[in-house]
Amino acid sequence: MCLAYMMNYFPEEVLEHVFDFLASHRDRNAVSLVCQSWYRVERFSREKVFIGNCYAIIPERVIARFPRVRSLTLKGKPHFADFNLVPSDWGGFVLPWIEAMARSGVNLEELRLKRMVVSDESLELLARSFPNLRSLVLVSCEGFTTDGLAAIASNCSVTPLGELAIGDADAMVGLILVLAMITPKVALTLFLMELDLQENEVEDCRGQWLSCFPDSCTSLVSLNFACLKGEVNLAALERLVARNHNLRSLRLNHAVPLDALQKILMQAPQLVDLGTGSYVHDPDSDTYNKLKSAVQKCTSIRSLSGFLEDVAPRCLPAIYPICLNLTSLNLSYASLIHSSELIKLIHHCSQLQRLWILDCIGDKGLGVVASTCKELQELRVFPSDIYGVGSAVVTEEGLVAISAGCPKLNSILYFCQQMTNAALITVAKNCPNFIRFRLCTLNPTIPDPVTMQPLDEGFGAIVQSCKGLKRLSLSGLLTDQVFLYIGMYAEQLEMLSVAFAGNSDKGMLYVLNGCKKLKKLEIRDSPFGNVALLADVGKYETMRSLWMSSCEVTLGACKTLAKKMPRLNVEVINENDLIDASSDDRQKVEKMYLYRTLVGPREDAPEFVWTL
Amino acid sequence: MEMERQNDLNLKATELRLGLPGSDEQPEKRNNKRASSEMDNSSDGEKGDQECAPPTKTQVVGWPPIRSYRKNVIHAKKTEADAAGMYVKVSMDGAPYLRKVDLKVYKSYPELLKALQNMFKCTIGVYSEREGYNGSEFAPTYEDKDGDWMLVGDVPWEMFSTSCKRLRIMKGSEAKGLGCL
Repeated sequence: MCLAYMMNYFPEEVLEHVFDFLASHRDRNAVSLVCQSWYRVERFSREKVFIGNCYAIIPERVIARFPRVRSLTLKGKPHFADFNLVPSDWGGFVLPWIEAMARSGVNLEELRLKRMVVSDESLELLARSFPNLRSLVLVSCEGFTTDGLAAIASNCSVTPLGELAIGDADAMVGLILVLAMITPKVALTLFLMELDLQENEVEDCRGQWLSCFPDSCTSLVSLNFACLKGEVNLAALERLVARNHNLRSLRLNHAVPLDALQKILMQAPQLVDLGTGSYVHDPDSDTYNKLKSAVQKCTSIRSLSGFLEDVAPRCLPAIYPICLNLTSLNLSYASLIHSSELIKLIHHCSQLQRLWILDCIGDKGLGVVASTCKELQELRVFPSDIYGVGSAVVTEEGLVAISAGCPKLNSILYFCQQMTNAALITVAKNCPNFIRFRLCTLNPTIPDPVTMQPLDEGFGAIVQSCKGLKRLSLSGLLTDQVFLYIGMYAEQLEMLSVAFAGNSDKGMLYVLNGCKKLKKLEIRDSPFGNVALLADVGKYETMRSLWMSSCEVTLGACKTLAKKMPRLNVEVINENDLIDASSDDRQKVEKMYLYRTLVGPREDAPEFVWTL
Repeated sequence: MEMERQNDLNLKATELRLGLPGSDEQPEKRNNKRASSEMDNSSDGEKGDQECAPPTKTQVVGWPPIRSYRKNVIHAKKTEADAAGMYVKVSMDGAPYLRKVDLKVYKSYPELLKALQNMFKCTIGVYSEREGYNGSEFAPTYEDKDGDWMLVGDVPWEMFSTSCKRLRIMKGSEAKGLGCL
């Protein structure tokens, strides 16, 4: 007697209780496929819904299937939008979703959006319609202004707004200004818990927003305004920190000087995550001494970032006591810290699990990381000089050192001057546990400088050794061979990013035929064309999306594909030469983005996007 | 006209362009992909040459792949550093606020010192290698690239102006102390 048969005798409440333990949406998707009754129980009990592509489905159908949804995560634009490859009015509007949920009386508590267009109107509607909204997280979004935020604030009156996080948003602020505006007039309590602004392009704003936090606001858990460019009212900031005893995460912007930092730390020794502002002072001063003793009391700090703009190297020793306990360190904006100072700092960070750093640390610095940070799991090395000629700051040596010294390493993003096959082969041997491996050579088609060969063998070793690899980004000189390896070995691969690689359609075909778990494939400037595109049209329904730009696919092939696969949206994006019905089928398509969908062509596509 | 043509030819020969020698043309965005017919695994040397000519970084849209925010921050820092004016902060012990001076405006130490004395209404005195600013109540110091505080005047002006990150006018016993060493 199989378990499923037995379980059918259980009342639905029991099934539901069991399903409660399923956190991942993939697991929930899987159980809903078992049988009708499991499908039914699962759909009525799912509270967190994840939609990886907002155009794969319409909001009405999501709500119909999951009427009890409380938390919605939506993703909009393709990943390459981060690098300016997608025109800004391409799409990804959240308004229809908010409208649909409002109409249906969904009890929305949490909304998380990535790469979506969020208008003021959407925010206003959001604010009005969901009394229990606790959390709004926007990452890489655009389209709203302070008016929209004002709406959120003024209407979140009766609602405990727990978390408000805005990342990479083009718009600005007064977010807090906004939130603050509520209370004085309406005598409401704002249970704001989290305000997280990550990597926004923010207009210069005056610093009075901090003073707008009402005195009754004592529930802050997280406040991150590191990306704001304007000045802040330091006294208000200090008072805010003083009365919010639950504050765990605080990230300041560059306008907060070291003496203010010292006062803040005195008030918030319970901090777990700290982002400093500017970090410069006279190391012989009283203030600096006070900072040193304040820091010593902050025994809970596990995550450190900041050091924006000005940094006085001789003041760095003050934070050494924190370093001993750090598990996460982000110095990727601290371009004014010399590599020698970075190295001194790293010597104290033996517990690091995550490190984001600039390439000016050099290969030697990475060697120090390798010998000090034995717990390291994730490393990101960002370029510090993208416009200049580029002196060789990190090379394959640094990566090899890290791989040899850090056995727990499973995730890497590495921008470097050059890479060799030998190095990659060594890295593959040292670190078979990579889940994410992203390599970016500053020159996208550079060969192995020692052998002048392509990097096929090196990446081949990586995919062969790292059996759990889920995400891979390639760069350097690459032929079809690397794709043969990827198709053969990368069995768990879900996302692949390709640029300036391959020789012929065979390359792309190897991947499409081999990688059974592939979800997202994005390709730019590579000679893959119609043969590859059309060889296995059914494959695309097993994937979330495919992006191809500056490749060899023609309009005719895209039309053919669209005709064969009605459950795919094949979008052609041509900004320069508008493509229409009269265009020649042999014309090459500048950008093509296709994705599976249950609802046909979208109605909000702009003029330069043509869904075939 | 003959002359012009000759000049043209000469110009082309000596033409400055981005890219390694041997690369014929500046790659445009769409030319970055290699035509499949040209790719040949066997002839290494030829391929090496061709592939070694990198697309110039500024011409490749979206490469290296980093988010705009990060690019802008790095760029802002770089342009700040390269900016035409070389403004550095000047603090004076006991003064309620700092000032800024543009070092590029001055060609020598006397000019700078005169400006500082004017700005802060103080007398710094004359520099001597042996005794620094001994005798004066004030001593001009600066923080160099390594983060150390140095006495103004020891190194050649050019070296000073490129390594000076900020200035501090020391006052009182601290200042006089230097002369006693």
